[in-house]
Amino acid sequence: MRTEAAAAAAPLAKVRPARRLEGAGPALLVPSALYVLVMFVYPFCYGVYLSLRPGKGEGGLSVANYLAFFLDPWQARTIWVTLSLAVPNTVLTVLLALTVAYVMRRGIWLERTITTLLVLPIALGTVLVAEGINGFYGPKGWLNQLLLMAGLPDPIRLTHNYTGVMIALFVQHFPFCFLMLLGYISGIDPALEHAARVLGARPWDVFRRVLWPLIAPGAAIAFALVFVMNFGVFPSAVLVGQPAGATRTIAIAAYQQAFEHYDMSMASAIAVIMGAGQLVGLIIVLLLRGRLAATGVATMGAGKR
Amino acid sequence: MRGGGWRLAVFCFVLGFVLNLVGIVGHVVVSSFARRWFATPLPPDWTTAWYAYSWREFQLPQILTVTVVVAGSVTALALLLGFPAAWALARRDIRAKGALLLLYFLPLLIPQMTYGIPLATTLYRYHIGGTIVGVILANLVPMLPLAIFILLPFFEQISVNLEWAARVHGASRFQVFRRVVLPLAVPGLLTAGLLILVTTVANFELTFLLSGAGSQTLVVALYYAVFAAGMRPIYSVDAMAVIYMAIVLAILLVALRFVRPTQMVFRLDRG
Amino acid sequence: MAEQIGSLHFRLTKRFGGKTVLDDFALEVRGREFVTFLGPSGCGKSTALNLLAGLIPPSAGEIWLDGTRIDGLPPERRGFGMVFQNYALFPHLTVFQNIAFGLELRGWPRAEIAGRVRQMLDLVQLPGFEDRYPGQLSGGQQQRVAIARALVIQPRLLLLDEPLSNLDAKLRLEMRTEIKRLHADLGLTCIYVTHDQAEALSLSDRVVVMREGRVMQAGTPAEIHDRPQNLFVADFMGYRNFFSLTVTGGDPDGTVVGRAGPLTLAGRGAAPLPPGAAGVAAVRPEDVAVTGEPPGPNVLRGRVRLTEYLGREYDLEVILDSGQTVKARVAQPVAVGSTVGLRLPAERVVILLSEDGGGGIP
Repeated sequence: MRTEAAAAAAPLAKVRPARRLEGAGPALLVPSALYVLVMFVYPFCYGVYLSLRPGKGEGGLSVANYLAFFLDPWQARTIWVTLSLAVPNTVLTVLLALTVAYVMRRGIWLERTITTLLVLPIALGTVLVAEGINGFYGPKGWLNQLLLMAGLPDPIRLTHNYTGVMIALFVQHFPFCFLMLLGYISGIDPALEHAARVLGARPWDVFRRVLWPLIAPGAAIAFALVFVMNFGVFPSAVLVGQPAGATRTIAIAAYQQAFEHYDMSMASAIAVIMGAGQLVGLIIVLLLRGRLAATGVATMGAGKR
Repeated sequence: MRGGGWRLAVFCFVLGFVLNLVGIVGHVVVSSFARRWFATPLPPDWTTAWYAYSWREFQLPQILTVTVVVAGSVTALALLLGFPAAWALARRDIRAKGALLLLYFLPLLIPQMTYGIPLATTLYRYHIGGTIVGVILANLVPMLPLAIFILLPFFEQISVNLEWAARVHGASRFQVFRRVVLPLAVPGLLTAGLLILVTTVANFELTFLLSGAGSQTLVVALYYAVFAAGMRPIYSVDAMAVIYMAIVLAILLVALRFVRPTQMVFRLDRG
Repeated sequence: MAEQIGSLHFRLTKRFGGKTVLDDFALEVRGREFVTFLGPSGCGKSTALNLLAGLIPPSAGEIWLDGTRIDGLPPERRGFGMVFQNYALFPHLTVFQNIAFGLELRGWPRAEIAGRVRQMLDLVQLPGFEDRYPGQLSGGQQQRVAIARALVIQPRLLLLDEPLSNLDAKLRLEMRTEIKRLHADLGLTCIYVTHDQAEALSLSDRVVVMREGRVMQAGTPAEIHDRPQNLFVADFMGYRNFFSLTVTGGDPDGTVVGRAGPLTLAGRGAAPLPPGAAGVAAVRPEDVAVTGEPPGPNVLRGRVRLTEYLGREYDLEVILDSGQTVKARVAQPVAVGSTVGLRLPAERVVILLSEDGGGGIP
């Protein structure tokens, strides 16, 4: 289509207005690109620079902030805390979302209603969901009332701890991940599945040999996105967690440096560490994705037994 | 057939999830109308007094004004800057298209807490931090790319031939824009506008980092209220939460007339 | 080479929601037969194929293969081969892996698989393409791979769902011949679905013309082509000229005579038509001949309104005194505006029962 356009435009090249129209392309992009550069790339670079100038900014560049972070157990621990939330939650979210999306790939009863309801937590945002979780899962909430009625001796503590944050993250990210994967999986041509079935594949063979290799790249990206979001968890960790203890995540540490200690240099350093953590997660997933795709094809060629 | 067991299990899981959602939202709504509510299925006495209390105590008129100004400005600016960019990306052979898409994608990919702190540092240095302008400028960072990515598929669907046909039939460049491009772009702009509006109203992190005393949006005010639980009756906090929810749901309901739920998340097949 | 089936017979009904897309469709297919389901889109032909393959469950009915009832079997246990409209090649697998797919699932040893796949690639004339991915092949090549993938498992029955409709005109003819050759060489039993009457006529032993889930006519290509039994089939098979008439008489040999206004038309009756019955005479443009004879039985006069040059022949549109237009295909050019005589040879005119008092003429 583009080459067609170019070919059709060629004989008209002498007509001036047409050429002006072509030239307008890059100019239309300048304002938005400039905005992202000035308001996103520049602050990011400035943050990295600032993180390397500890104290009041005298003297040269130094990694003192980073050293201080990793040597202070109270700070360094946040990485572990964040990972202990992000990794299990991401695995759980993606596995469940993948299963549900896979089973629902050819539609399900009340599909439109269900997907619409699932948009709610995404649209309402973390703060409202956190407040609702504190109520619903709280010691006096409906869930614990139900459990007590069912014969449980004491209410279970589901809020203001690790579990609360896990619930909050799951409620937020499961619908997100599910809708993403549902769009992806239902886009796969059903004829591929039919072809495999007719050729002798049982439902499990269809999944393992045909659909999983096609789904895996999308699932990997979904995994990466959910992990990155989980790694930056802030409001849920404060509102339904224990921000001074079990759920003091790295985002909380960065926020406290910036807005409670007013140490922008150290805050920037922590933000950089947070970004690096997300990047590492992203890279691991993308590397795995490459391997996944490769072995998917390789085992097929080997001709399983 | 044999997949029946799986389907049933999955359906039960989804149903359970939805019931939990209903519980989460329902608890807030019921609590906002309760005179007192303590470990009973429903409160013994009902009242609407907390709404008046909340309206007064949380300075909602001022906060709502800020919210409307911020959300409106961000939406307008994101469409204004995003429209030409998306059109150019859909229409012209842009040399560095991949790099540009990555540039636009980063603010959506990277969590706001990660780049919000350096952004806040920068904006406070120029004394924009803490003001409404600062909140608007910061929110535009993810919303502008969002506008571009929502508009792009709409524009890619519109055949270039339509523009050419208009030119051939005697329309000037401005007339083409006014009479062909703009009307065709309306569905995309409407969708993008609504989604950006609802996302901005609900956008917490950047607004939180950039807002000062007079520039809090509703969601940030709600955060502080929940954070300082115990300062004021929880029922009044929940009343504020319901007001927030009503606003988000109203926009969402309109938006869902134009978009499918799966369109409200990243498209995985892109890039 | 394939294991031969004796016969397949079925009787199937399929409803989606409240809509019946296949209404008690019954047929018996004999071994080595090539049967085509022909009809416009939405006639239920693809649904019928998917029911036979087991991809969707029937609402009612049964399928019997050589005395065994198979409609309860999942598709993977029916042992059929299927070729899809969009080929449905697995995009993440090479040509080799695509063709080997069915054999691997059947637990064949690797060495034998390799040999069989090579053999199949030779058969579909794609030797050396083992390591390509489907995305690197042209439409025709993809179609050949899809056929090889379906045939490699030596299916008892080969189902083909509009396999040529995504190809361009030239390639379509080529692949049609190819399918014909494979059917003849391998002694396959095939069920073929298409909306293209030329494909159906050239490939099939038997054609089943369908409309809205019902069989309109089943028979050999010649029967369908020369002796349509109703207006729908006649229209679908290229009859373009229709004349409403009232039957006035007939011969025991099947000739029926009727009057259409001032015209007297004789033709072969599709069914016994008693005098007084409302009928429709149908004739193809190719069978209408220009003549100098004076008007009489089966000879009409009219003015040429339009001619179209087709390269070898001319299409004429002739308007009769009654205002009706007749289409004819002739070898010699005729001037627009001139008056011509047209003869409708009685042995080429089919007289059908009018379905709803003449209003049903397409």
